[in-house]
Amino acid sequence: MTVDLERVESASAAETEALGARIAERLGPGDVVLVSGEVGAGKTTLIRGACRALGVTDPVTSPTFTIGQRYGGGRLPVSHLDLYRLAGLEGEDPALLEDYLRADSVAFVEWPAAGAEGLGQPTFTVRLAHLDEGRRVVEIEH
Amino acid sequence: MTSAMERERGTPAELILAVETSCDDTCAAVLDGPRILANLISSQHAAHAAFGGVVPEVAARHHLELAAPLVTAALAEAGVGLEEIEAVAVTAGPGLIGALLVGVSTAKAIAAARRLPLIPVDHLQGHVAANFLEPEPLEPPFLCLVASGGHTLLAGVRDHAGYELLGQTLDDAAGEAFDKSARLLGLGFPGGPALQKEAEGGDPEAFEMPVAMARDPGLDFSFSGLKTALVYRCRELGPEGVEERRADLAASFQAAVVGQLVSKLKRALKRGDWEAVALGGGVAANGPLRTAVAALCEERGVRLKLVPLQLCTDNAAMIGSAARHAPRIAYPDYLGYDAFATGEAPLAAA
Repeated sequence: MTVDLERVESASAAETEALGARIAERLGPGDVVLVSGEVGAGKTTLIRGACRALGVTDPVTSPTFTIGQRYGGGRLPVSHLDLYRLAGLEGEDPALLEDYLRADSVAFVEWPAAGAEGLGQPTFTVRLAHLDEGRRVVEIEH
Repeated sequence: MTSAMERERGTPAELILAVETSCDDTCAAVLDGPRILANLISSQHAAHAAFGGVVPEVAARHHLELAAPLVTAALAEAGVGLEEIEAVAVTAGPGLIGALLVGVSTAKAIAAARRLPLIPVDHLQGHVAANFLEPEPLEPPFLCLVASGGHTLLAGVRDHAGYELLGQTLDDAAGEAFDKSARLLGLGFPGGPALQKEAEGGDPEAFEMPVAMARDPGLDFSFSGLKTALVYRCRELGPEGVEERRADLAASFQAAVVGQLVSKLKRALKRGDWEAVALGGGVAANGPLRTAVAALCEERGVRLKLVPLQLCTDNAAMIGSAARHAPRIAYPDYLGYDAFATGEAPLAAA
């Protein structure tokens, strides 16, 4: 398998959403997208763009507290996970992720480090980093 | 006619056992109509602080260990035997699927053993229904601002059974914004109280924060831009600068969050013939928010209802209260009933 690595700059939330939409075009059932980056780097924004492109019309909000959200109504069912509040999954029921990583759905995972071993092989790995206010550098690995 | 009315309002003296496990806390309550007999919450805040806001066993497993003992303890505190319970209420969603399932399975097992009806409840309707509880229940119509770690919404409440969603957050919840900013500033957990305390010594106008959604004519909220602005103020100041200006940063951030919540509430009050305002969710504990909402209510001549704090944060009494006005499923039709996550409709009550 060849690894395709792309490094682009985003100058606005709209551009970050558009990057998400581009990723969404290439997603199918069972795919997993890991999205990492510091607080405020645009993780939820990128996932929102991808969800909109998949046809999700509901608000795509940060799942930091809920840990997992599901969105219907689009081309594919979408799971949106955020492992920010989990230090690791050792003590947790493995089914916690299974409810969301489903064969019929696309799954986006923010703060994926805590669940690294349980998340399987991601289709895309996205890393966002701050450049300065408004500008981000986005690495997309496929 | 009377019977229809009574059904809509719930039987006045029905004994309901309620279970809530949608997020971190495992909760069980016993209600006698609108009266709370017991309302227990397995607060995990000690665990939160020990791990700097990150909980290693945040979800399903914790609920599994706590659900049954908490139900037993709630019945004991209420002085009610399980054989006296007439219906079992449970949060069906939205929330973490694995966590919700623990509550739903527990409630189904208790109900099925005695062939009682099961009443699935929407968690957010629970926050609204906290206002229907005694003492001094609030009658619709009223506006309810629910702001917590996981949710931020404005509900237009015109009856006991539901609400109109007038506005909601488009990105982060207000409580999440408080928690993440408290973490950025190196404050403790839970972030809301820590930030409020730090802000007491600060100047709320020291740092200019973006006024999110100010020109947006709708009633939706957005807190993500505020969080990002704080990230950049911290980067500019550096660790020593943040140390020096922490109180000012906290005060400025808090003022921006409260300002947005209050301005949307104000706009909603202007648009409707609301007679009262209620606050729900953990953010309702924020002092400056309470002060600002009280001032707004006085200015507009509407009543302000503040339920006790243990009814603002996640609890099972509010679920029992919502259940009194919700459709119930007779035994054995609920045996196949499942929880639902955000964005998925609950199974229709049979």
